[in-house]
Amino acid sequence: MAVAIETPFHVLAVDDSLPDRKLIERLLKTSSFQVTTVDSGSKALEFLGLHAHEDSPISVQADQQEAAVNLIITDYCMPGMTGYDLLKKIKESSCLRDIPVVIMSSENIPSRINRCLEEGADEFFLKPVRLSDMSKLKPHILKSRCKEQYQQEQHLQSNSESSNSSNPTNENSSNPTNENSSSTCSNSHKRKANDDEVLPHATRPKHN
Amino acid sequence: MDYSNLRRQAASMKKSLFDQGYLDEQFCQVEDLQDEASPNFVEEVVTLFFKDSGRLMSNIEQALEKYPRDFSRWDAYMQQLKGSCSSIGASRMKNECMSFRDSCGQGNVEGCMRSFQKVKREHAVLRQKLESYFQLLRQAGPAGAATRPVM
Repeated sequence: MAVAIETPFHVLAVDDSLPDRKLIERLLKTSSFQVTTVDSGSKALEFLGLHAHEDSPISVQADQQEAAVNLIITDYCMPGMTGYDLLKKIKESSCLRDIPVVIMSSENIPSRINRCLEEGADEFFLKPVRLSDMSKLKPHILKSRCKEQYQQEQHLQSNSESSNSSNPTNENSSNPTNENSSSTCSNSHKRKANDDEVLPHATRPKHN
Repeated sequence: MDYSNLRRQAASMKKSLFDQGYLDEQFCQVEDLQDEASPNFVEEVVTLFFKDSGRLMSNIEQALEKYPRDFSRWDAYMQQLKGSCSSIGASRMKNECMSFRDSCGQGNVEGCMRSFQKVKREHAVLRQKLESYFQLLRQAGPAGAATRPVM
């Protein structure tokens, strides 16, 4: 029987305020997340493997698996790139759009909150963020991973079906589920299973 | 050294900080994050707060002089400071920040100037009180850290 080893989920926290960064880091670590903090949206995009002004990923080395990010939590009000701008960039990127994003703000402005949620934010926290807010994060991560694994399964299934053709490469495959842009993704946000870890659904045998 | 007496003093000092409104519940939230893994967390955050807020306040001071009647600029800076106060539970200081922002909203220069002086005063008083508090905690020994106030 395989033993599931818990690799902590990795959260990228973005906030220009130094005390707030320290607080969110501690909140996340106390809640068993692995944490990386950055002080700006552009640094966040860099960390995620994306240039701030392009959609194309920076080429990622193998050891960048450490950088796999499972959730992004960002302050709204930041100089330069706001949390909203960052959210938009993430959702516009085929590589990053499935990473759940949480926005934090000290201002309770309903139109701001709605705007973020409409743009694809998964959650909005009013600052100061509390320990009890941390329990809201994992469900978003699990939801996006289930969706991701479902898509991976679909991808594998349709690839195995098309392998009978003599087409040597898959790059220009007309397979409808194979998005061309996703083949250039660095997988920077996918958390790979450890050897002994059993991911739900991933290894279910297919009966033809 | 009577550690239990020092701890009692520290607890009493903390209680009065709450009673007099200098600190609010958020400060307790910050204390709850302190543990063996992070034994000086509260003091570290508070230190960062004073460093950061000092910088923000001098931005505001400059803006008041350099950009007369630029209420939206003044307000934006004060919003940052207010957020910081909020994060550590600096309640009285936060309230003065809010007064300042109200004055900005009313286009009231005199009100802004008065409020800003109050913000500075609250900042100085809180810094002095918290410094005394942390000093007492240090003297009281590691067991004196992070006890919830008896409300």
